[in-house]
Amino acid sequence: MSDLRESVITQTRPLPQPGLDNVEFYEAAKRGELRFQRCSDCGAWRHYPRPACPECQSRNFSWELASGRGRVFTWAIVHGPTLPAFRDELPYNVVDVLLDEGVHFQSQVLDCPPDEIYAEMPVEAVFVPASEDITLVKFRRR
Amino acid sequence: MHPVSDKAAIVGIGQTPFSKGLGRSEYDMAVEAIFGACDDAGISPREIDGLVRFDMETTDEENLLAVLGNPVIRYQASTSWGGGGSASVLVHAAVAIAAGMADTVLVYRSRARGKKSVFGKDSKLGGRFWERMDPMLPGMNQWHVPHGLVTPFQEMAMITRRHMLDYGTTEDQLAEVAVAFRQHAMRNPNAVMRQPMTIQDHHDSRFIAEPLRLFDCNIETDGAVALIVTRAERARDLPQTPALIHAVALATGSHHGRLSTMFGRDWDQHGAARSGHQIWERSGLRPSEIDAFFCYDFFTSFVIIALEEYGFCPRGEGGAFVEDGGLLWEGGRLPTNTHGGQLSEAFIHGVNNHLEAVRQIRGTSTSQVPGAELVLSVGANSDPTGAVILRKGP
Repeated sequence: MSDLRESVITQTRPLPQPGLDNVEFYEAAKRGELRFQRCSDCGAWRHYPRPACPECQSRNFSWELASGRGRVFTWAIVHGPTLPAFRDELPYNVVDVLLDEGVHFQSQVLDCPPDEIYAEMPVEAVFVPASEDITLVKFRRR
Repeated sequence: MHPVSDKAAIVGIGQTPFSKGLGRSEYDMAVEAIFGACDDAGISPREIDGLVRFDMETTDEENLLAVLGNPVIRYQASTSWGGGGSASVLVHAAVAIAAGMADTVLVYRSRARGKKSVFGKDSKLGGRFWERMDPMLPGMNQWHVPHGLVTPFQEMAMITRRHMLDYGTTEDQLAEVAVAFRQHAMRNPNAVMRQPMTIQDHHDSRFIAEPLRLFDCNIETDGAVALIVTRAERARDLPQTPALIHAVALATGSHHGRLSTMFGRDWDQHGAARSGHQIWERSGLRPSEIDAFFCYDFFTSFVIIALEEYGFCPRGEGGAFVEDGGLLWEGGRLPTNTHGGQLSEAFIHGVNNHLEAVRQIRGTSTSQVPGAELVLSVGANSDPTGAVILRKGP
């Protein structure tokens, strides 16, 4: 059955499929902006996008510009297995960044060898086009 | 007394062989395990009048009705989501029986998760589901997978790292869990992984997603398990020692939206911590009264976290708890996963843990805890989750 396994494995890098709840995030990223939903009533920032505030349940919000600055909250170094499209980069980092606005965001720190990442490492967002429609938000050390 | 307490009992258990690759369908394996559980319970499959399954189970009600001889099903339910639901299925069965909705409820799980057990392109068709990811992701995966955060073990490695940062949990402590469960598996003929393992063997195994090594991760196996749950009064007339479902818990917590929602709240807002709170409140028992613990050991670190969530030790002290053979069936502080668990017996989504919990109550484990009368078996510490306490019945 191993031939079948190889023939059906995903070869491409999967990309986000924007939807009505989050398209603003991707449109902002394409412009080089990091925007998150922020509650118009209690002021709490949130990610992932959703139609109501998890703190006060208000449905009033706007997509506000975030600083893009944050610190590494936790991370893993992927040695594999992983999807074939990512294999060339092994071992690579995946990180959770706690942004200054208080939201957690999962991404990668670019140009940072695995043994140089540390907790609370200061990072800032960078914007990496992945297709005509999608720009991914990554991070760099600052 | 909680209204569900001691109303239902597990009276039958069944399983297929466990293997890294059986070359069999999940449907076929499910049927073997179900008929085995009926035989063990001394009942006909046609007596089943309730079905509870995982919502991701591929052997659904239609598949089952087609082989059970058209039984009269009076109750059926499925529970979300993944491994968090592994104890929830027993909770639903017990609730259905306590409410008089059904008399004899089947609980089961069948999985072809050996890495080569692939039957097609759909992610539900065996093997590693994450290897068949859609090219455009509309769901929560869109926030993880495009960055190379593809698999559950990568996600759980990030949580593990955070536990290490917060509480100083060490690789030696992770290794203690793997080694203890391997020792149990070596005594269990059903276990897939039976080669000896030392702390050094653990440290020598390759990183999968650092800080998790190969021997920190559940194994990828094929197999199915089933349990028959019936009324406590009826259980007295059946051949096996009943394992009464003494207390139940269902809970949700902060891990409902993957990592962003989980990391946004503290450890005590996990579903498992809330499930632990419930199970002690409902049972009136204390952790020190439990003879054996069965937890969802998808990764070694999550055993350490579960010990904290279920109150066997204070938050942050799970690592110290597992040291010096703390989880061993003989001489341990708390005999845990005495069959080898998902790390060394098989990865049947945690439901194989319940079979061993029942064997401990019956006194038939290959690593039997002397006089075991109360055991706790819990779902994964992801959300939603749940737990059951089993008590030796008359």
